[in-house]
Amino acid sequence: MRQVMDADDVQRAISRIAHEILERHHGADGVVLVGIHTRGVPLAKAIADAVERFEHVRIPVGELDIGLYRDDLRRRPTPALARTLIPVDLTEERVILVDDVLYTGRTVRAALDAVSDLGRPEAIELAVLVDRGHRQLPIRPDYVGKNLPTSTAERVTVRLPEVDGDCGVWIDHEEAP
Amino acid sequence: MNNLLTTEDLSRETLDRLLDLSDEFVEVLDREIPKVPPLRGLTVATLFFEPSTRTRISFERAAKALSADVMSFSPGTSSLKKGESLKDTALTLRAMGADIMVVRHRAVGAPWRVAEWVDVPVVNGGDGAHQHPTQALLDALTIRRHFGKLDGLEIGIVGDIRHSRVARSDVYAFATLGAKVTLIAPRTLLPRDLEGWPCTSTGDLDEVLEQLDVVYLLRVQAERGGATAFPSWPEYVGRFGLSRERFARLGEGAVVMHPGPMNRGVEIAPEVADSDRALVLDQVRLGVAARMAVLFTLATGRGLTREVTA
Repeated sequence: MRQVMDADDVQRAISRIAHEILERHHGADGVVLVGIHTRGVPLAKAIADAVERFEHVRIPVGELDIGLYRDDLRRRPTPALARTLIPVDLTEERVILVDDVLYTGRTVRAALDAVSDLGRPEAIELAVLVDRGHRQLPIRPDYVGKNLPTSTAERVTVRLPEVDGDCGVWIDHEEAP
Repeated sequence: MNNLLTTEDLSRETLDRLLDLSDEFVEVLDREIPKVPPLRGLTVATLFFEPSTRTRISFERAAKALSADVMSFSPGTSSLKKGESLKDTALTLRAMGADIMVVRHRAVGAPWRVAEWVDVPVVNGGDGAHQHPTQALLDALTIRRHFGKLDGLEIGIVGDIRHSRVARSDVYAFATLGAKVTLIAPRTLLPRDLEGWPCTSTGDLDEVLEQLDVVYLLRVQAERGGATAFPSWPEYVGRFGLSRERFARLGEGAVVMHPGPMNRGVEIAPEVADSDRALVLDQVRLGVAARMAVLFTLATGRGLTREVTA
């Protein structure tokens, strides 16, 4: 396993994304961060923490489980669902979806459907820690921690303190099934 | 594929997983748009050979909230009157595209027979006085959401247990989830096969009343012969009815439940039924979420008994 980001790199990427969000939106008004379970949730909180350090305002953070919106429900074991918890009405807000790795785009597609059922935001943007390419849908991120060219045979592992104990991004070859 | 036919063989793990899923569907039902797409394109058929309103409507509401389509069969409007058998009815609905079947029938075991004939999941919606697993699931959900867990709770089920599929299903589910269950009824209304049930029994409600966390009341099923089991209604009400006086003696945190339909003034005093410690309408509301969890689990992935990975 080759490490491509350590804990400091991850924190720097989060700080930069926070700055980019503030810059693009001229502050934090009307912005809501929605983390996609599992690791999008602590990432969204970390971005909100960074924004609070820079501007002394707290962006609302929601959590979204996309299990009911997957397009492969009948091809995999029944998923355990996590909590969907959105603290504010998303209608007319600018929602930024947050996830750890952007790959095929199918998770984001499901998240777009899920958010649409919860309200009608003014706009939806996407922030990811790692973009590893290989999209299968017309989806692109607005904020990227690191662009990471990969082959489909490789596996990207993101570990975050809240979920995994340690922090960093690793890449390795998938073991043969 | 798999079925949900009885609570007797459900593991703690399976029950916990279904209850966890139910909690998430409660959240879905509280949304402004209480509908999610996972069963889009699937059809749930309800085959109710016995009259029922709340259970059938609850299943249909659950199916529709998951974006499934619904086909309904009821004997009053069907070829049953022309002599069509249970088997032909089930095969006909399967041929029309039913992907999950919910079966209610007065004959014990009917849903098992249907499960042998069709190649899709079958849910027991109530068979005779035998089993009604989704009722047990919604009851366990109601109790778990109120108390946080069932472990260590004392649950008394009062009334016509002999004729009650709800009692039989509840006893197994509650016991598996860690509750201590006591059946409270005249001997003539206790089941004949009580040995082996994971519970105790008594004929004296007043003796156990104050230690109960949950008083679960059942209707006397006169149509199944329940009313011939005791000398008179006043005597039954006097010994087993949850009157205002008995209600006042309940422990501080105790709650009252009833699967409906209630006979006010018989097993439950009207003031008790309307009290905020009666969870009857919570049971009805949570029943939709519990049935969504069952339909979702049967329709997706690999069914009820397989290990789940996120």
